[in-house]
Amino acid sequence: MSEASPAKAYALHLGVIALLLALSFVLPGYYHGLLARIMVLAVFAMGYNMLFGYAGLLSLGHAMFFGAGLYGAGLAIIQLGWSVPAAFAAGLGCGVVVSLIIGLLALRTTGVAFMIVTMMFAQVFYLLILYFATWTGGDQGQVVPQPARVLEFGATSLDLTNPTVRYMSALALFTIVLLITLAIVRSRYGRVLVAIRENEERTKMLGYDTFSNKLMAVVVSGAICAASGAAYALLFGYVGSSFASVQYSILPLLWVLLGGAATTLGPLLGTLFMYYVIDVTSGYTSAYLLIVGIALILLVLFFPKGILGTIRQRWLGWLP
Amino acid sequence: MHFGPHLLLAALEGLVTSAVLALTALGLSLVFGVMRVVNVAHGEFFMLGAVLAWAISTAISGHPALGFLAALVIAPLIVGAIALIAERLVLRRLNYNPEATIVATIGMLYIIQQLALTFYGPEARPVEPPFSYRILLPWFGYSGYKLSVIAASALLLITTWLVLTRTKIGLIMRATQYDSETAQAFGIPVDRVYGGVFALGAMLAAIAAVLIVPISQAHYLMGQDPLLLSFIVVIIGGLGSLRGTVVAAVLIGLSDGIISMFFSPTLAKIIATLLVAMVLVFRPQGLFGTASR
Repeated sequence: MSEASPAKAYALHLGVIALLLALSFVLPGYYHGLLARIMVLAVFAMGYNMLFGYAGLLSLGHAMFFGAGLYGAGLAIIQLGWSVPAAFAAGLGCGVVVSLIIGLLALRTTGVAFMIVTMMFAQVFYLLILYFATWTGGDQGQVVPQPARVLEFGATSLDLTNPTVRYMSALALFTIVLLITLAIVRSRYGRVLVAIRENEERTKMLGYDTFSNKLMAVVVSGAICAASGAAYALLFGYVGSSFASVQYSILPLLWVLLGGAATTLGPLLGTLFMYYVIDVTSGYTSAYLLIVGIALILLVLFFPKGILGTIRQRWLGWLP
Repeated sequence: MHFGPHLLLAALEGLVTSAVLALTALGLSLVFGVMRVVNVAHGEFFMLGAVLAWAISTAISGHPALGFLAALVIAPLIVGAIALIAERLVLRRLNYNPEATIVATIGMLYIIQQLALTFYGPEARPVEPPFSYRILLPWFGYSGYKLSVIAASALLLITTWLVLTRTKIGLIMRATQYDSETAQAFGIPVDRVYGGVFALGAMLAAIAAVLIVPISQAHYLMGQDPLLLSFIVVIIGGLGSLRGTVVAAVLIGLSDGIISMFFSPTLAKIIATLLVAMVLVFRPQGLFGTASR
């Protein structure tokens, strides 16, 4: 796939990161904030892509992992008064624990049953948030207070509510996760995942323990999504149950399908494009779910490989 | 009220839920059984049935029974036609690939829901029941309409069962379910059977919705709960098994009615969903189903 030209691939990724960095100084206020949000959500999509694109496991419950990070970090600050790095670690930890448990259970099923089981576990997670409304704030959600969202480094402190700091934090997270994904995809482990996606029985026959490889993929994917959720809580200061609802399990699927499953930059492109479409059409109609629905159907009908997947197939075979 | 009558009331309410649920779940089960398609938009066909029932019954003046009967006939037909168009335009082109069809039906879910919100609005609107006779029990009066819903649903379930087991159409459907390739080789128009089954599944959901709408109002988000409950019923009953679906619907409806009368409905939903997920994980053929081929 990407064997021939690692240098080209790395150059492209560094170029994208540099472009995002440069945009920070050019973009006007509204788009500046929007792009920060898109980068955090693109991390969510990258986590989803890890499992769906590479391991070939279609989950309909990833809102649960995003929610684990969101609530893990948010509640650690609101209820326990933890500092920002500790809260981020708490969110990440929640994501790892939840994804490990869900992985152990859900991976006993395959195909359609896996999709339904993940959807049901996510529904249970969502209902639990509503049930324990005294702590979570229920469907009203909670605001993470601004004074708590400050990163202390000895004498200097970074206010995460400041637009520039927020943009740079989002970019830092995006960069780290993008490079991790690229490394995983290019590693031996990444190839085992693709082998499982293409033919699980044969991979098993070749001596690979497909269950533990898939479990690892669920946990990595869950951890990345939780990191995105935790960052969302810390950077945008709102923790609400709608982020754990079914809709937030469908959205990363849509973004990944749109950008191109099993491409490292597809998730960013898909998230960016979808936000752009919604932003443009919101001038004419408030019915953005209609656009999501139509996009999903058109994608599976005509572009099952997504934007980057199609480009890779037609022109640029070296895209990772 | 004492515990006994209270329980009886809860059981009756549960039976009404079961009756509607059995019809809705049967539609989902048929579509999955014959076509191997998980129709996530099934709840939206249910909602469409209810919304159309409101539209039809308000358009027809005179005795409420007149409007209701018209709705009972026309609403399922419209919903069936919409389902048929969706099947022809989208699902058939996807070759009924299980994963692609789930994504596509999620798309349909959003489209139908949003269109209902745009054209019908966010309000919940009632439909007048065709008759308002109350049956007086020693402890409380109970709506005769609710009892007639149970009877109507039982009648429809028996009819469906007879069609499936005793008629040529049923034979063709079962042959397609058992082995679509061989059925095709024997000259069964599998493609048309698929279209018909998808429309039939949607119509069953629409009929269930028309029956329930005089009790609970029509709302554009009302498809969510029936979808989840139908999934639960179909999974517990064993995918594609009619008898299992009915038994599971009665079980789930009764326990839902009783649990949510004595405990918090959210807790009831959490427990039910978790249990069903566990069933799917540890006993994927369902509690009553046989091992899949």
